[in-house]
Amino acid sequence: MPPKRLLNMKAANNKPYRPSVPAGSAMANKTGSWRTFKPIFDADLCIGCQRCQKLCPDGCILMAKNKVGQLKARPDYDYCKGCGLCAAECPVKAITMKK
Amino acid sequence: MTIPPKIQFLEGARAIALTIANIKPAVVSAYPITPQTHIVEDLARFKAEGKADYEYLLAESEFAAASIVLGAAAAGARTYSATSSQGLLLMMEVLYNAAGLRLPLVMTVANRAVGAPINIWNDHSDAMAMRDAGWIMLFAENHQEAVDLHVIAYRLAESLNLPVAINVDGFIVTHSFESVIIPDKKTIKSFLPDYQPALGTYLNPKEPITIGGFSSPENYWQERARLDTDLKKATNDITAAYRQWKKILPSQSAIAPRIDNGLIEYCGPAHPDTLLIAMGSMSGTIKEALKENKNIGLLKIRSFRPFPTESIRNIACKCRRVAVIEKAMSSGACGPLFADVASALPNFKGVISDHIVGLGGRDVSLQTIKHIIKSAAKAGLKFW
Repeated sequence: MPPKRLLNMKAANNKPYRPSVPAGSAMANKTGSWRTFKPIFDADLCIGCQRCQKLCPDGCILMAKNKVGQLKARPDYDYCKGCGLCAAECPVKAITMKK
Repeated sequence: MTIPPKIQFLEGARAIALTIANIKPAVVSAYPITPQTHIVEDLARFKAEGKADYEYLLAESEFAAASIVLGAAAAGARTYSATSSQGLLLMMEVLYNAAGLRLPLVMTVANRAVGAPINIWNDHSDAMAMRDAGWIMLFAENHQEAVDLHVIAYRLAESLNLPVAINVDGFIVTHSFESVIIPDKKTIKSFLPDYQPALGTYLNPKEPITIGGFSSPENYWQERARLDTDLKKATNDITAAYRQWKKILPSQSAIAPRIDNGLIEYCGPAHPDTLLIAMGSMSGTIKEALKENKNIGLLKIRSFRPFPTESIRNIACKCRRVAVIEKAMSSGACGPLFADVASALPNFKGVISDHIVGLGGRDVSLQTIKHIIKSAAKAGLKFW
């Protein structure tokens, strides 16, 4: 038995054939499991400059307001591969990489 | 349909360029390389003179040119490119991607030797490098066939989502002059409708899709297997498209072929003693040799990929000797065409020989063919 497709190939039955998937289907692949080092965000030190959000190669850092209305960075560990760019670039050293 | 088509005396490259202009691609991109240059120079000139309205994009290399047409095709445009030799090798990564993404690229390959030593003349070494990429590969014998195959190529590419390469022998076809009929825009449109892929099958923000995404081991093999299946199935479409086009624009051959089905052309007796198998312009020379030898047959392979295994088997099983004449060499083994022919004839009892001719533009004369016919009684590989 050949294994089933992980993703539903949308155009599979269309003629002529083109392998394609709906936009956003990369979400199904939770790449966080590839991680060796995990970035730990210190909300007290974070100044909300958004630099880490802009340079995250996986686009998995979100900015959200806390209870007192300050902008803070929050990672999505489902997709963070632990590259450490955010920790290297943080101007106030609010992110540390832990094994 | 009462006006007879106009016969023009044209250079091969000009004939191809005029045909492409009438096919009306939306995007053309190429990087000049001998002997392909005249084709894309002409296309650039048509654009500059306001005779054509495609987007002509300058590229800094063949890799960029191939990537530009790949991107344009992914965005739903009809595209055209052309290259040769080292340029084709530089495109190689993009060629595999185009086939895997199932994009309907159409490209002319003006066949030329591959360095080193550097050589600008004709052989099929460059085409053989793209053999496994997953493209439909057609070989033209002369100017009219080159023109016909370009129109057919667009029909195949767009109806099957498979990229098509039309191989024309560098200089021998691209730089020589011959009588040729260029089909006009109306004739082409009757055979090849305007290209508009369905929404959701190409890159369009109205209905976004992902193509060429990451594929795991469970999925990758299925895509490659599907590509193989679809290429093999394309043999029927090639035959059908070829027959339909021949009804629209019949062409005359020096020798009336016994079989002419798009994949192959067979000239000669029904039961030939010796069968010569060849591709490209040297088929014309071999047809001359047939006039003096009544028991020799010529099987010209028009579609190298998909490979016409059935057709070859049907003809070759009737003869005692098969001589494969080809312009490429898989160094350390045998000729690539010979390998395919041999694997198509597993139970062949006769003598099968491989003749490597015309490497780097070495002339394939009538005399060469006569010598090959004589030596076809002995198996093995020979250089001429």
